[in-house]
Amino acid sequence: MGVAIDIILLLFLLSIAFAACVTRNLFSAAMLFGIFSLISATLFVVLDAVDVAMTEAAVGTGVSTILILITLASTGYRVSPRPAGRQVLALAVSVVLGATMVYGTLDMPSLGSPDAPVHTHPIAQYYTEVSPVEMGIPNMVTPLLASYRGYDTLGETAVVFTAGIGVLALIGRRRRKDPLPIVEEFREGGANRHRVLRVISKQLIPPILLYACYVQAHGDFGPGGGFQAGVIFASGLMLFMLLFGVEHARRIIRPVVLEKLIALGLLIYGGVGLVNILQGGAFLDYRTLAHDPQHGLHYGILTIELGVGITVAAVITTIIYSFASHLRDHVMQRTLRLRQGADAAQTSPESGA
Amino acid sequence: MIAEHAIILVVVLPLLVAPLCVLLGRGTLAWGAATLAVWSSFGLALHLLGRVLEEGVLRYQLGGWAPPVGIEYRLDLAGALVMTIVTAIGAVVLPYSFASVRREIDEHRHAWFYACLLLCFAGLLGITVTGDAFNLFVSLEISSLATYVLVSIGRDRRALTAAFRYLLLGTVGATFYLIGVGFLYQMTGTLNMEDMARILTEARPDGLGPVHSTKTVRAALAFLTVGTFLKIALFPLHVWLPNVYAYAPSVVSAFLSATATKVAILVLLRVFYTVDGKATPFDALPIADTMVPLAIVGALVASFVAIYQRDVKRLLAYSSIAQVGYMAIGIGLATQAGLAASLLHMINHAIMKGTLFLAVGCIVYRVGQTRLEGLRGVGREMPLTSTALVLGGLSLIGVPLTAGFVSKWALLQAVLADSHWIVAALILLSSLLSILYVGQVIHVLLLRKRPPGAAPIQEAPLWMVLPTLVLAIGNLWFGIASDQAAEVSRQAAEFLIREVAP
Repeated sequence: MGVAIDIILLLFLLSIAFAACVTRNLFSAAMLFGIFSLISATLFVVLDAVDVAMTEAAVGTGVSTILILITLASTGYRVSPRPAGRQVLALAVSVVLGATMVYGTLDMPSLGSPDAPVHTHPIAQYYTEVSPVEMGIPNMVTPLLASYRGYDTLGETAVVFTAGIGVLALIGRRRRKDPLPIVEEFREGGANRHRVLRVISKQLIPPILLYACYVQAHGDFGPGGGFQAGVIFASGLMLFMLLFGVEHARRIIRPVVLEKLIALGLLIYGGVGLVNILQGGAFLDYRTLAHDPQHGLHYGILTIELGVGITVAAVITTIIYSFASHLRDHVMQRTLRLRQGADAAQTSPESGA
Repeated sequence: MIAEHAIILVVVLPLLVAPLCVLLGRGTLAWGAATLAVWSSFGLALHLLGRVLEEGVLRYQLGGWAPPVGIEYRLDLAGALVMTIVTAIGAVVLPYSFASVRREIDEHRHAWFYACLLLCFAGLLGITVTGDAFNLFVSLEISSLATYVLVSIGRDRRALTAAFRYLLLGTVGATFYLIGVGFLYQMTGTLNMEDMARILTEARPDGLGPVHSTKTVRAALAFLTVGTFLKIALFPLHVWLPNVYAYAPSVVSAFLSATATKVAILVLLRVFYTVDGKATPFDALPIADTMVPLAIVGALVASFVAIYQRDVKRLLAYSSIAQVGYMAIGIGLATQAGLAASLLHMINHAIMKGTLFLAVGCIVYRVGQTRLEGLRGVGREMPLTSTALVLGGLSLIGVPLTAGFVSKWALLQAVLADSHWIVAALILLSSLLSILYVGQVIHVLLLRKRPPGAAPIQEAPLWMVLPTLVLAIGNLWFGIASDQAAEVSRQAAEFLIREVAP
């Protein structure tokens, strides 16, 4: 049964990937990417990696599809075929790359084999047998990410932070002294006109946000943690923005606040490490935080997960805001130009004729 | 306490001052915080270099977890050397950046700029000091992502497409690295570099030879090598580099050209020696046979193309590709002398390219452009800047008594010791070409006359000229008193090679 599900899902993935490559319409390619992510997320669930599935579903299917669509809305969605010579080169590189990948798998231990080095190395035993006793945390993924390899997670948080700052620096809107005039058509968000969408989505937003808080707090016992919570929270906010428009969303959570939150999350995480040093331990040695080392570990993990959650939620919301505002300005300027053109044509009909 | 934790503080301080810059929000405050952080890192790096020279390899267990359960920081001499280069260049560039950034970047972006500069700095340092293959990837991502932002943050719109191209190729390189590490993890079950090296030499569970002879490990090596070649900008994977250095803000060009490729070369050394050393990658794959020819062709082609550039920054960028070729030749020889020459050239190239890009930045500050025909006679009115430029240029050519001569001479000796006569001849030819392109710049700046009626130009502000001159004098210092640097790089090479010895 399990094998059948795997094969069906993988076949789906293959055909969707092929369709996304072949299509000349970027709009359908974007939708296909979204479906691709959704099926990957399902596959991750089958592989028992629920944490990864949550992130993939929220980011791959939700956020990145919206980002691609926003970009297409300002650039157009038709592609012209490329010259044949470059296609041949690209094809050759892809074939060599694929062949190397296949060559690499020839000596690889088969999936799930108990003799694989990944399972026979002493650290695997440590993570599965010693860690639950040492940490007192049933979900063994959480201590691995947050403590044993906590420094990598700090680094990943820094990567997310960099992405957020980067988007702000490149397309973030400058605080204008003279705001663009509001055009009537844009006062209402796009989906607000559709009653069914509005009613249904409005009811979805609070459970999504609440679920994010649950995932954030419950990472010790079930799949989840700061990354997952952050992306789920941000996708709830994104739904709100899609319904009511970016201007409205910006008034509820202001971009300036988000910018400070991005920094705050990373500082919380790194701050814990510095406190550990001051307490006489190594950087990120949470055991120094409380009298009982196990309590210290729990405090440390909860605090850094909070830091991760804040930064991730704030960064993804910032990215969506920036893209949406960029598109909005773009469309509005175009509309204004068109309108001025129409006015000019009306006042001087002779020149038009 | 600081001494005990120096090895982690050197990376974490700039990493955490970056969000602080965003919170401070104002350009001047962010600049102050960034300068303090970078100078502290520089101090710590000097302290660490001294200790590594005395005590040997330094180790630090992150989170207090013993490796391979936790992540280990492990600083050997090669790492300490590159760390010192990166922090020293950072310490010179930051005072310079205050005026230059104000001229070249919109004011509301200043805090974000300094945050990204610190992130890039911290990421590069993290690579030099880590003993964990996956942690290296994380640091690589931090520095790369920050680099893409730094390149495109200025006012030059052409930088956007250059950065986008760099982003695509850089991501391919990083992904290749990740695939390689994934394959190695499959076959060893660990991410710690030393642990990996140990398991790679062990017998396979099925008893068919050591682990490193498996197809998976070979494919992993191929991915790691090609991925790192992309980051180094080794010919023919250099296409991203010229436009990135040419259109980035001056401070960014100077910082990146002096540090980023050096750190990428260290990644290559980590792959070849620290991770896979005992498995002798030079035997498993035809690396030496491909690397040396690619490097020498790259050096020749890039020098040749540099002659025809009409833009000073692009010209210097092509020269960087040529210089990276020299370093790759030394590594490809796979001898201790070759490796030592490469490491020495890494130090010296950081100093001379840093000098040149900073000097060009001074000119940009006053003239506002880098096209050669617009710079006729400019050097005559900016005497200090042109002194620095000439010193850096002579060093780039490899004139005796400059830093460039010392390392090029060491490289030639290493090449001749292996009796590669043709390679040595081609290196000399490439040096001759460098006389042409450097000479062209100096000719235009100093010997040509300013067009009649052109507005008079002042020398750049003191805080830009001073750091430029400091680096320029570094070219002489490392050219005349070259023993110390040569000795350190010889020891670093010896250590790396010794790791390979069974």
